[in-house]
Amino acid sequence: MDFVNAIILLLNYIFIPALTYGSQLALGAIFVTLIYGILRFANFATGDMMSFGTMMTILFTWYFQSLGVSLGVLPTALLAIPFGIIFMIFYMLIIDKFVFKYYRNQKSPPVQFAMVSIGVMFVTQAVVRIIIGPGDRRFFDGEKFIIKAREFKEMTGLNEGLALKSTQVITIFVTIVLVSLLFWFLNRTKTGKSMKAYSDNEDLALLSGIDPKKIVLVTWVIAGILATIGGALYGLDKSFKPFTYFNNMLPIFAAAIVGGIGNPFGAFLGGYVIAFSEILLTYAYKKFFIYILPESMEPSSLVQLLSTDYKFAVSFSILVIVLIYRPSGIFKGKVL
Amino acid sequence: MMVLILMVGIFQSWNIALSIFNLCLISAVMTMGANIQWGYAGLINFGIMGYTALGGLAAVLISVDPVQEAWRAGGFDILMSLWLIVVMVLVIRFVLKRFEKSKIRTYSIAAIIISGILLIRFSAEPGIEAIEAVDPAKTGFLGGFGLPIIFSWIVGALFAGGLAFIVGKVALGLRADYLAIATLLISEIVIAIIKHEDWLTRGVKNVIGLKRPAPYEVDLQTTDWFIKLVEKFNSGKLSVIENLADRQAALNQLVIEGSSVFVKLCYSGLFLVVVIILLILTQKALYSPWGRMMRAIRDNEEAANAMGKNVVKQHLLIFILGSAIVGIAGAMLVTQDGLFTPGSYRPMRYTFLIWVMVIVGGSGNNFGAILGGFVVWFLWIEAAPISLFLINFFTAGIPETNALKAHLIESVPYFRFLLMGLGLLFIMRYRPKGILPEKIEIK
Repeated sequence: MDFVNAIILLLNYIFIPALTYGSQLALGAIFVTLIYGILRFANFATGDMMSFGTMMTILFTWYFQSLGVSLGVLPTALLAIPFGIIFMIFYMLIIDKFVFKYYRNQKSPPVQFAMVSIGVMFVTQAVVRIIIGPGDRRFFDGEKFIIKAREFKEMTGLNEGLALKSTQVITIFVTIVLVSLLFWFLNRTKTGKSMKAYSDNEDLALLSGIDPKKIVLVTWVIAGILATIGGALYGLDKSFKPFTYFNNMLPIFAAAIVGGIGNPFGAFLGGYVIAFSEILLTYAYKKFFIYILPESMEPSSLVQLLSTDYKFAVSFSILVIVLIYRPSGIFKGKVL
Repeated sequence: MMVLILMVGIFQSWNIALSIFNLCLISAVMTMGANIQWGYAGLINFGIMGYTALGGLAAVLISVDPVQEAWRAGGFDILMSLWLIVVMVLVIRFVLKRFEKSKIRTYSIAAIIISGILLIRFSAEPGIEAIEAVDPAKTGFLGGFGLPIIFSWIVGALFAGGLAFIVGKVALGLRADYLAIATLLISEIVIAIIKHEDWLTRGVKNVIGLKRPAPYEVDLQTTDWFIKLVEKFNSGKLSVIENLADRQAALNQLVIEGSSVFVKLCYSGLFLVVVIILLILTQKALYSPWGRMMRAIRDNEEAANAMGKNVVKQHLLIFILGSAIVGIAGAMLVTQDGLFTPGSYRPMRYTFLIWVMVIVGGSGNNFGAILGGFVVWFLWIEAAPISLFLINFFTAGIPETNALKAHLIESVPYFRFLLMGLGLLFIMRYRPKGILPEKIEIK
């Protein structure tokens, strides 16, 4: 029985939260990696673009709530996401037209692109804060838990409860659907294949008659979808605060690079690598060992490898190690 | 630029004008550091925040009096762990030197590092707990050396240079945008450590009341010569007032105002000295053979390499120099504020804003860097009043109760981000070399 308790404990405090957080990071990381692979720059406005998409979703959620429209047990935000996506794509295309296009035509070096994206970051941050303010917003409604910890305890008679929030299930489910669709699109359709070709060798792709404008457009559309959904899911699960989204950019970058930048599948797995290592290394295993070990060997300390304050530092350290020993990432991205 | 600051002095108050001016000077120093790396050598460093914070840490460690009790409680454990770190580094060096590169070597180094960290944690844990338990409301950390805070400017440079050495060794081989991301993340790690190692820095509990190199306002207000000075300056204004008691009250008010202006002036003087020294040094460096070599490396790395210049070494050197200058600025900042708040170090303010300064001012030009520091910091501070004025101007016809107008006025502080972003984008587009472009005179 103790063993089952221990497993449930790990499921409840490590596995499910890490899977959720990893899914949110993975969506952002694919966004970063697509922009890097096809438009060839590190987008420092990633976090803020995600917060823009989330903001749009929140505004529509409020609108629907005021109309009295709801999805019953599901959060209203799911209904608002498509509208958020439309606005996000629109915003991205405007920015591309007025900002990035010029540098693309100039064939500027990636560093200049990165600088420009910092300008975009400032502007987006200002827009988001002016429209919705810098405060903490929760926009979740509907049924909060699928399984409550207490119900689970009563059901199984175990000491440890297993809580399953509906946002966690939604996040994981949506991520799986979205990512499979994306990989199907990239690997099976003609446009997806031409995007890959463009990413691998721009000149060769242009020679074989691929239209660069279309590629750029499709990239931004996909990016908009990923950014909005990733951001909205994070906001649903935790809460929406522009500053947090800006900070999330850093683990997202870490995930994209650890997975091998330019490689969407690597970015997808990278998200989980980062999330799991963050949570595994900062979790206090005391209770786990109390269940697993005989009474005489019970630990007195928390058995925590690193304090939770170092959560971010863990992912960054992993990134630094990867950069030193395997700069192309775990799953061979672009060799740098 | 000076005119603008003088205008703030006349219209708002001299106090605000001087505090803007002081922060402009500090920003100018930071910008010069970043400019050395980016403008001279083309190295992109998004870790400015980390070096600034290290400079600030130096200010704390130098100026605070040592907490004897904490040293007695846990000093031994901390010193032991320091020794362990040194031993660990030496062992790794030994392994690196002695054995050929192989998988076994890599794994054994990893094993040494992991077991070393565990060992250090176990040996330091009781010491850290003991130190943090010493009067946690006031101290709860080891304290510093109790030296004048001015020394910390040099020590801050050393700290930052030391960090830059490690970062440079690790990350300088990366391509430009990767270097940017790596330095950004490393600086976040530095901040995380400073925030959470309470025994060293008090962490988010902040260190307040650092010693000043300038006199205190309260002391000034009771000093005779200062009161006489204020009286002399304002004799015209004072003589108008007939009533003696009123005159005394007015004088007291003036003395209180004057004292804070005087303190700020002291800081301005100190900072100006630093800026001028750095400006002379960087200008000399720019036109020296070394500066020429740096430009050659920046413009064509391979050619410079072929000419026998050690590119890797020079990159590391300039990375350390630039970061050290940023470290000085960090120490200056904490000196001026008199407090160290690790929670306030955010990449927006300490990394990206500095980069806006570098780009706007003109990379590769030291005067441009200073100008950028002044202009951008001035706008950063004054953006809110300016945008408030503009909003009121354009919505003059709309009643106060209008929701849109109220909302806009409420969000005035965020217009500074908009201004910075647009400024950066416009400069990048229409004047990519900055306001004062790089000028190289060949003599």
